[in-house]
Amino acid sequence: MSVAQTLPLIVITPMFGAALLVGAGRRLPRFAAETLGCLFAAGAAVLALLALAATGSSAGQPAEWVGGWRPHNGVSVGIVLVGDRTGLGLATLVSLLVLAALAYAWRYFAEPPRRHAGSFPALVLLFQAGMCGFTLTGDLFNAFVFFELMGVVAYALTGYRVEEARAVQGALVFGVVNSLGGYTTLLGIGLLYAHTGELGFAQIGNALAGSPGTPDALLIAGFTLVVTGLLVKAAAVPFHFWLADAHAVAPTPVCMLMSGVMVELGLYGAARVYWTVFAGPGGMPAADAHRALLALGVLTAVLGTLMCWQQRHLKRLLAYSTVAHAGLFLMGLAVLSPAGVGGVAVYVLGHAGVKAALFACVGILLDRFASVDEHQLHGRGRELPWVGALFGAGGLALAGLPPFGTALGKAVTEEAVGGWATALFVLVSAVTGGAVLRAGARVFLGLGTRPADAGRHPADETAGEEEPETRGGPLSRIPDTMLTVPAVLLAAALAVGLVPGLRTGIGQAADAFTDHAGYLAAVLHGRAAEPVPTPPPHWTASGVLWGLVATALAAGLALWTVRRPVRDDVARWTVPLRRMHSGHVGDYIAWFLAGVTLLGALIA
Amino acid sequence: MSAAPYVVAGWLFLMGCYGLATSRNLIHAVGCLAVCQSSTYVLLLAVGYRSGGTAPVFSDIAPGSRPVVDPIVQALTLTDIVIGATVTALLLSLVIQVAKRHRTVDPDELSELRG
Amino acid sequence: MTMRLRMWVLALGGLGVAVLYVLACLDLPSFGGHRHPYGDRAVRAALARHTANTISSVNFDQRALDTLGEESILFGSVLGTVVLLRQTRDEDRQQPEPARVAPSVRRYALFALPVTLLIGLYIVAHGQLSPGGGFQGGVVVATSLHLLYIAVDYRALERIRPLGLYEVADAAGEAAYVLVGAAALPAGWAFLGNFLPYGTFNTLASGGTVPLLNAAIGVEVAAGVVVLLARFLDQAVEIVSTDEEAEGRA
Repeated sequence: MSVAQTLPLIVITPMFGAALLVGAGRRLPRFAAETLGCLFAAGAAVLALLALAATGSSAGQPAEWVGGWRPHNGVSVGIVLVGDRTGLGLATLVSLLVLAALAYAWRYFAEPPRRHAGSFPALVLLFQAGMCGFTLTGDLFNAFVFFELMGVVAYALTGYRVEEARAVQGALVFGVVNSLGGYTTLLGIGLLYAHTGELGFAQIGNALAGSPGTPDALLIAGFTLVVTGLLVKAAAVPFHFWLADAHAVAPTPVCMLMSGVMVELGLYGAARVYWTVFAGPGGMPAADAHRALLALGVLTAVLGTLMCWQQRHLKRLLAYSTVAHAGLFLMGLAVLSPAGVGGVAVYVLGHAGVKAALFACVGILLDRFASVDEHQLHGRGRELPWVGALFGAGGLALAGLPPFGTALGKAVTEEAVGGWATALFVLVSAVTGGAVLRAGARVFLGLGTRPADAGRHPADETAGEEEPETRGGPLSRIPDTMLTVPAVLLAAALAVGLVPGLRTGIGQAADAFTDHAGYLAAVLHGRAAEPVPTPPPHWTASGVLWGLVATALAAGLALWTVRRPVRDDVARWTVPLRRMHSGHVGDYIAWFLAGVTLLGALIA
Repeated sequence: MSAAPYVVAGWLFLMGCYGLATSRNLIHAVGCLAVCQSSTYVLLLAVGYRSGGTAPVFSDIAPGSRPVVDPIVQALTLTDIVIGATVTALLLSLVIQVAKRHRTVDPDELSELRG
Repeated sequence: MTMRLRMWVLALGGLGVAVLYVLACLDLPSFGGHRHPYGDRAVRAALARHTANTISSVNFDQRALDTLGEESILFGSVLGTVVLLRQTRDEDRQQPEPARVAPSVRRYALFALPVTLLIGLYIVAHGQLSPGGGFQGGVVVATSLHLLYIAVDYRALERIRPLGLYEVADAAGEAAYVLVGAAALPAGWAFLGNFLPYGTFNTLASGGTVPLLNAAIGVEVAAGVVVLLARFLDQAVEIVSTDEEAEGRA
């Protein structure tokens, strides 16, 4: 069996697992259902890893035409799955993280719905199938279908704890905003289809080359609308509002997946569409795309950082840190070069491990103390030294402590963006990492004064009393899996920074990812083209130095804050920002339209 | 007037967005989302139309005897409709739970997630 | 955000999108144009595979992966609805009350039920020949069963609707699509390859795997819609919160 033939199997293995779990779910005990879920997730992970290992040695981008509709003279009626190293690498990351989330959830939930022991693992498997399909597809409409699949399942998973008022509200807002984003993408697909008469990435790119010149309004609108939906998923400002609401209420294992990979897949989609469809002759001029993505990236990084620092609800704090980092990733992709893509790829890998580990730690707090509020939990985490150690390590890694993968990714990306961006990268890392360290210092070390009225909170703020998610009140002891998973994830984030083979692999993947002509040749004509090699991501002295500076700043900021008395009211200058994040779906839609306009204006 | 059908799609989309943004009832809001989605049906079908074309089904006409409209957009629209219906069902089930937990379906009165 | 500010943001955003979109429309090929390269290729490919309904050929053969994704979306959202509308700890189930139905309504609904069911099955079975297919027919089949709710009452509907069985059928439809797709692999085809003989044009058995995939979708849609509606109907008819029940008794 060739590498290309395994590509559809990566997508259908979890789908089949989900069907099996639902079909047999009424008779399966919980243990069997969860084991089956893990087995199918692991099966897809193994397939993706094998395919990745097999493509590692050659420059080819294996392309599988589903249904055998191979192109003749560059035209086909079928859908193609493309297993280039970036797509397969992301499918591997998705599958491994799903496995981690399922392992973490092993003894996690309260009793599953009566006679539906398999529902949670089945939903997670469908989520995995949607994400893997999205990473591998080479067709615009098919990407929309998988985009919607991961969306639908994510809404259901977010609202999983239906007894909680906030959970269903957050899931609904998430669903409405993301669905609207999806439909916007589909409008864009319609415009591009009308323009070129094709649906595949490579086919549209090929058709656009027939009419070179400056892009007309049609192309600009098509690009804007298609990218809008993907940027909604990527939580770019001003499309980011749903993210904190959804992350604050979703079950912890689901947060691990949403922050760890789903948001990043939105960015991947935007970059993939740009490079395969629009990067060639007749597409978007690089300067226009660069300007738009960079501006949104800076805006996202700054706003995410400001909001992250303000939070006392630990899940919202982590959610806004994801927004801030998504902004940094967007800035890195906006460079539109292999170096930027490679840096972001390393950063995303490291961030996935770190952020999922941090969520896993917060999930343990939620189980023990039925709260994720920084003030209410003050000092109560002292009885959980191991969790505290993992949480602290996660905070340092988020701030960019070498040799974590996050530090390497940050260093390479900031160098690729260049100039003033280094300052922004350091500040964003320091403040988001500092916010995590500050919360860790208060919760696990009990530093600073204990807030007198931790139960009270101003009207413009979300505090963190929550229903525990685990079965029948707190578990008698923390299951080993719930501690092992964050430890393994952090170790993986460390490995991303240390294993040299991974760096060269990512470098080659980035070269191929940004090779527009090579992608078209590989997909439409089956010709493997060697992209121009560029130096892979690597450690530099200045990168290490800036990483240490960011870490020191984060630690200093955290210590300085916990020594000061806790403010009763929110700082005055943050009130307008907080009011923007109103949890009101009408506000979010208004910002959504404003965002489309902003994006269009930046491109035109 | 050759662009009119396309403009109708844009009009539907914006009206759906207006309804979503000003809605005082979540069931109404989910309906508005469906209006936004129907704009995609209109655009796709308009894009695929061919003057004088009939349905691309050859059980009762001989192939080549008449022009047919673009079958691709018809298939895409069918897929899109199924997606829309299922998303609507899922969102409505969330609205039911919102109504039970918050005892209201007015988005102005849902104020638990902010900041 | 105040209503006033929201309306301003909305107006500006909406205006921008409108300008962008209308300018794009002016650049589009004019309505009813004759250039449809992908569409023309799809018609040729459908005829070459003896599938009279080109749209079914696109859905179940040329772009069958889209349909697998779409089927999974339906499957996922049915599963999601089952999870979201489950009976929670503070809720009880009430026996539905028998209902009185006007005889004319009952006569009409009982007459329409078998007719609708038959039409639904016809539409599924002829998907590769005439307009229709698994999705459209499946919805009609599911609707026909619910005519019993109108003709008699909810308890009658529950008797012909063993939900467990429909949930299994829903999963079986999803699994069958994957398995038919994978069955092409040992035959040396790509996944979802149309590996069966294409049959005689314009007959029920034509189109190779198209009728099989179509049937799998029909089963899944019919069963999925029944389960979906059952969850909503349960909420309306059977499930009451314990507080409400106490109030009702008092």
